[in-house]
Amino acid sequence: MLPAEASRVADAIDLVWLIAILPLAAAVVNGVLGRRWLGKWTGGVATVALGISAALGVAVLFETIGLGHEAKRIVTLYEWIGVGDFHVPVAALVDPLSATMVTVVTVVSFLIHVYSNGYMAHDRGVHRFFTWLPLFVFFMLVLVLADNYVLMFVGWEGVGLCSYLLIGFWFERPEPYVAAKKAFVMNRIGDWGFTIGMILTFFTFGSVRFGEVFPKVAEVHGVDPTMLTVIALAFFLGATGKSAQLPLYSWLPDAMEGPTPVSALIHAATMVTAGVYLVARSTALFAAAGPALLVVAIVGAATAVFAATIAIVQFDIKRVMAYSTVSQLGYMFLALGVGAPIAAIFHLATHAFFKALLFLGSGSVIHATEEQDMRRMGGLRRKLPITYWTMLLAGGALAAIPPLAGFWSKDEIVGAAFTNGYPILSGIGVLTGLLTAFYVTRALYMTFHGEPRDHHLYEHAHESPAVMTIPLLLLAAGSVLAGVVLGFPPEGGFVHRFLEPAVAVEGAAQHAEPELVAILGLAATSVAAGLIGIVLGLAMYGRRRPDPAAVSRAAGPVYTLLRNKYYVDELYDHRFVELMRAAFGAAWAFDIHIIDGIVNRLGWVAGLVGGGIRRAQTGVVGNYALSIAAGLVLLIAVYGGYAMGVLRR
Amino acid sequence: MTTLVPLGAFIALSAALFFIGMAGVLVRRNAVVILMCVELMLNAANLALVAFSRRLGLIDERGSVFVVFVFVIAAAEVAVGLAIVLALYRNRPTVDVDEVREMKG
Repeated sequence: MLPAEASRVADAIDLVWLIAILPLAAAVVNGVLGRRWLGKWTGGVATVALGISAALGVAVLFETIGLGHEAKRIVTLYEWIGVGDFHVPVAALVDPLSATMVTVVTVVSFLIHVYSNGYMAHDRGVHRFFTWLPLFVFFMLVLVLADNYVLMFVGWEGVGLCSYLLIGFWFERPEPYVAAKKAFVMNRIGDWGFTIGMILTFFTFGSVRFGEVFPKVAEVHGVDPTMLTVIALAFFLGATGKSAQLPLYSWLPDAMEGPTPVSALIHAATMVTAGVYLVARSTALFAAAGPALLVVAIVGAATAVFAATIAIVQFDIKRVMAYSTVSQLGYMFLALGVGAPIAAIFHLATHAFFKALLFLGSGSVIHATEEQDMRRMGGLRRKLPITYWTMLLAGGALAAIPPLAGFWSKDEIVGAAFTNGYPILSGIGVLTGLLTAFYVTRALYMTFHGEPRDHHLYEHAHESPAVMTIPLLLLAAGSVLAGVVLGFPPEGGFVHRFLEPAVAVEGAAQHAEPELVAILGLAATSVAAGLIGIVLGLAMYGRRRPDPAAVSRAAGPVYTLLRNKYYVDELYDHRFVELMRAAFGAAWAFDIHIIDGIVNRLGWVAGLVGGGIRRAQTGVVGNYALSIAAGLVLLIAVYGGYAMGVLRR
Repeated sequence: MTTLVPLGAFIALSAALFFIGMAGVLVRRNAVVILMCVELMLNAANLALVAFSRRLGLIDERGSVFVVFVFVIAAAEVAVGLAIVLALYRNRPTVDVDEVREMKG
């Protein structure tokens, strides 16, 4: 260590591991003591730990900002694996990218923990809930802080596990555990891609550490560009699994069977963005990997529009939000694919706030009404004013209404796609923006406006307690301000200056500075698309002109197709699952008949021989003595034969 | 002056004792008698060892030392053997080895 560094005063970045350890400690304490002693106090333990974590996370962010362009520090705890050339340290990489992620994760987690204290208060399994939720935060922080792919994979698998446990939280009913299993299996497919990418990275670069891999990309690129493409696509497969992109997206809507704070935290704000983070972190790799980035962009755009079309016909309020999340994650991948990782991370951050808020607001409605079907709601804005207004802000942010957060980040994505030479993808982005505005208007209108459709439900609805509404208000502040604070002016806002060094690629051509006219034109287009969507939504659900029922009848087969979510689940169940069953059946038969068969035959032969020989064991001592005597006589005879020359050697 | 008994006589006696003992082991069924016969065989071997040792006495007397070892082994063998017979007798009132055939394969 350099003397200057040795004398440096310890700062928040040196304590960065504490951010991750605190939630782990809370999880351990709640896991060990929760059931017997702590009971509902587990919520307090977890919330306090997360509060300290969030404060430290913000401190780390500010310190990273203070470091300016040199902001890149590695805090090593110890070496985990060291075999030959294979070194895996447990080390945190603190740079603008991970600092942003840590802040988003800890702050949103903290608010959702506070909210959960109210939401889960009456649940029997509250101690279980507050064991898995901080554990999830721990793994998520390991994921974003890791300075190498192996440690990242630990976090990656850990969040998958916690996601599984929390989706299946109400395992007494069949739907949640089926959904949990589905999520787990689909994630396994993605994890397989991650593993392949990790192994190939080590074979190609001789290291799994970001700081050693990325500088070597250029020299390897000259040797074997195909290998880089394969590695990038393998990692992207992992990202599609975790971030619910085509074709591995279908677990996320089902994951809504979990408690709503879980949906907000894991399946909207943090875990599902892990794939985006992975690709953004590996920007150097993807940028050199030829067609891989185009694949990312196309998959992202396709997912965005695909999920948005499903979202417009869903009636379960949480499912609308789930498909919306899939769609917004598609936007982020679109941004990554068109070479705008900063816009992707920017959208990730704003999305974390307004989507978490939309979920928590939905949770507040569900908490108030014990109902998730929007057809039975209506008129609830009078009963749930705070929930209504905060969700309205979040919905506006999602619909990209200026000056709310979503406008700035989504506009950057659409703009980047256009200026970097992907006008079609940019157009898909605008179209998806229209659909987004429509379904969010529809969802909010059906829930909060109009006449109450179920009077019993309406009469019993009540605003949630302060412990739940305060997080809503704080997240609403984030949804309003995050965009303009971070993203103004467009393409040159704070977020750009801050993240630029973290995702800059050596030697990559700087894309042309966009003209102001182009920026304004694109912004105007996407705002117009959003407004059209909102007006259309209000016209259909407010004025009944055109009447939604008539529209769905007129659309006929298209409506049925959307209502059944393009029959993707059926396709997977009937085609892939059956194919897999056949393959595994064949493997099973091979195992039973060939592998086990050989072993069993061998055992059978040994049994047969033993059965013959065992007759020699009469159990009578005399017989044994006789055989000893006979052996003795035989020995003497042979020896004597040699001695007398009868036998010859 | 006594006459030197020839070595062959000792060996003949030893062989006779050995085969008498062996016959006893093979033929008799009483476990105690079998043990006694084993003792007879061991002593036949002792006799042969002593005789050879005496014959080679001027050069080496290790044969006699072996006899002492055989005594010790024999004592241990009888102790264990009788203990087994006793345990057997306690479990079932017989010392007939032909009636004990639990180890039949």
